[in-house]
Amino acid sequence: MSTPSHSPVAGKTFGVTVTHLTKKFGRTTVLQDINLEIAPGETFVIMGPSGSGKSVLLKHIAGLEQPTSGEVRIGSFDAADPATRSKIRLALVFQAGALFNSLSVYDNLALYLREHRLADEAGIRERVMHALTILSLEKSYKKFPSELSGGMKKRVAIARALVMEPQLFIYDEPTSELDPVMSATISEIIGTLREETAVTSIVVTHDRTLALHIADRIAFLIDGRIHAIGKPAEFTDSKDPVITNFLNPVIDLKNPRFKQLENNHE
Amino acid sequence: MMNQLTAVIGHIGSVVLLLLRTLSFAPTLRRQFPRFIEQCYLIGYNSLPIVTILTFFIGSVLALQSGYSMENFGAKQFIGSLVGLSVTRELGPVMVAILIAGRVGSAITAELASMKVYQEVDALITMNIPPERMLVLPRLAAILVMMPVLTLIGIICGWYGGALICQYTHFISIDSETYFAALKRYMDWKDITDGLLKAEVFGFVIVLVCCHIGLNTRGGPREIGASVTKAVVTSLILILVLDYFVTKALI
Repeated sequence: MSTPSHSPVAGKTFGVTVTHLTKKFGRTTVLQDINLEIAPGETFVIMGPSGSGKSVLLKHIAGLEQPTSGEVRIGSFDAADPATRSKIRLALVFQAGALFNSLSVYDNLALYLREHRLADEAGIRERVMHALTILSLEKSYKKFPSELSGGMKKRVAIARALVMEPQLFIYDEPTSELDPVMSATISEIIGTLREETAVTSIVVTHDRTLALHIADRIAFLIDGRIHAIGKPAEFTDSKDPVITNFLNPVIDLKNPRFKQLENNHE
Repeated sequence: MMNQLTAVIGHIGSVVLLLLRTLSFAPTLRRQFPRFIEQCYLIGYNSLPIVTILTFFIGSVLALQSGYSMENFGAKQFIGSLVGLSVTRELGPVMVAILIAGRVGSAITAELASMKVYQEVDALITMNIPPERMLVLPRLAAILVMMPVLTLIGIICGWYGGALICQYTHFISIDSETYFAALKRYMDWKDITDGLLKAEVFGFVIVLVCCHIGLNTRGGPREIGASVTKAVVTSLILILVLDYFVTKALI
C-alpha cells in the first residue's frame, strides 16, 4: 500500500455520544439501553457475535435508523436529524461496499464531489486519483463494480469514503467475506488511515485480529446490550468466559452437538 | 379492517411526502439534466416501438369490431369518429399508461428496490445526497415530458390502424378520406388535450408510486420481486380508478 504525501482528511473531527439507546423492531428489542462515549480521534471497535445488534447500532450512529428511545449525538448534533448530514461529513464503508453499480469506479468516487460542487472536473480528478492511489486502485478507475473482486470493492468503498474528507469514519464489517490475505490488507489500510488522518473511526466487526490491531477501545455487544468496554489488552487478558470464548473459540469435536451432526450425516 | 385502512392512509401520506420532498428539489433540475435526458431515453425512446405497435392494433381492432356491428344498421360512415374519439379520449391514454406501468414502472421499481436492498440508497443518504433529488426528480420530470409525446404518437397510430382496416376489410370498405373526414367532424382539439392530460396524470402517478415502492423496499432479493409486483398491480388499479375521476372532471 502506498502512503499519501499529505493527509487526505482535513478539518475537525467529532466524538460520538450514545445515551440510553433502545431500538425495537415490532416486539423484538434489538438494542437495549446502550451508553457509549467515543472521544474525538479515537478508533472505537464494536465487536460481538452475529445478531448482537452491532450493525443496527452503527446505523443509528450513521443516522440511518431512528431510535425507539434514547439518542445518538455526533459532537453536539443529533445523528437522527437529517439536517446533521449537511453539517458533518460522515463516511460509512458498508459491509458489501454499496457501490453504485451503474457507475464506474471513478464516477463512484466523483459522485460526492460533483453533487456537492466541491471542485471543478480537474480538481475532482486530482482528488479521486489521489484516493485511488492510496488504495492501489489507480489502474481500475474505468472498471464497473461488477468487474471487481470482493476485496477490490471494499477498497473502492474505502477510497470513496476517503474522497469525502470525512470528519467521522464508520466501517461496517470491513473484512467480512474476505480471504485472510485480503483481510490483513484491509486491516493494514484502516490502521494506516487511522495513523495518518486522526479522524474518529468506528469499526463494527467480529474479526478479532482486526479489532485488536486497530482499536483504541473495544465495546463487546451481546443480545443488544454492552457486555464490556475496554482497551484491547484488557480483552486479551480477560478471564470472562464469554469474551475468551469469542476471542479464542475452541472447537471440541467431542461436543455432543458435533456427534449429533455426524449421526445426521450418516 | 381498521389496520388495513390505517396502512392505506399511511401509504398515501408517505407518497405525498415523497412528492413534496421531490418538488422541493425542483429548482435543482438543471443540475440533473444528464440524468433527465437518460430517463427520457429510457422512458420515451425505448417504449416507442411497443407503444406504436400496441395502439396501431387497438385502432385496428376497434375499427374491425365497430365495422362489423355498424354494418347492420348502415352507420359505417361513423367508424372514423368512433375510432378517433375512443382512441383519443380513452383507449390511447389508458393503454399507453398500462404499458408504461408494465414496462417503465416495473423497471423503476426493480432498480430503486435493488439500490435500496444493496444499500446504495443508504450510501447516498450518508453522503448527504437526497435520493429524491438524484433518483426521483429526473424520472418524474422525464415522464411529464415523455408521456404526452408517447400518447400523441399512440393516438395517431391508433387512428391509422383504424383507417387501414377500414380501407382493406371487405365488409367495411371505407376509404381513408371518408374515415378521416368523419374523424375530424366529430372531434375537436379539446378531445386531444383531454386525452393528453389524462395520460400526463397517469404517467405522473405511475412513476411516483413506483419510486415510492422501490425506495421503501426492505429485506433481500426476494422483496425486490415482491415490490415490482406490488408496484405494477398498484399502478394498474390506480390507472383505472383515476381514469373514472379524471374523465368525470374533464367532461
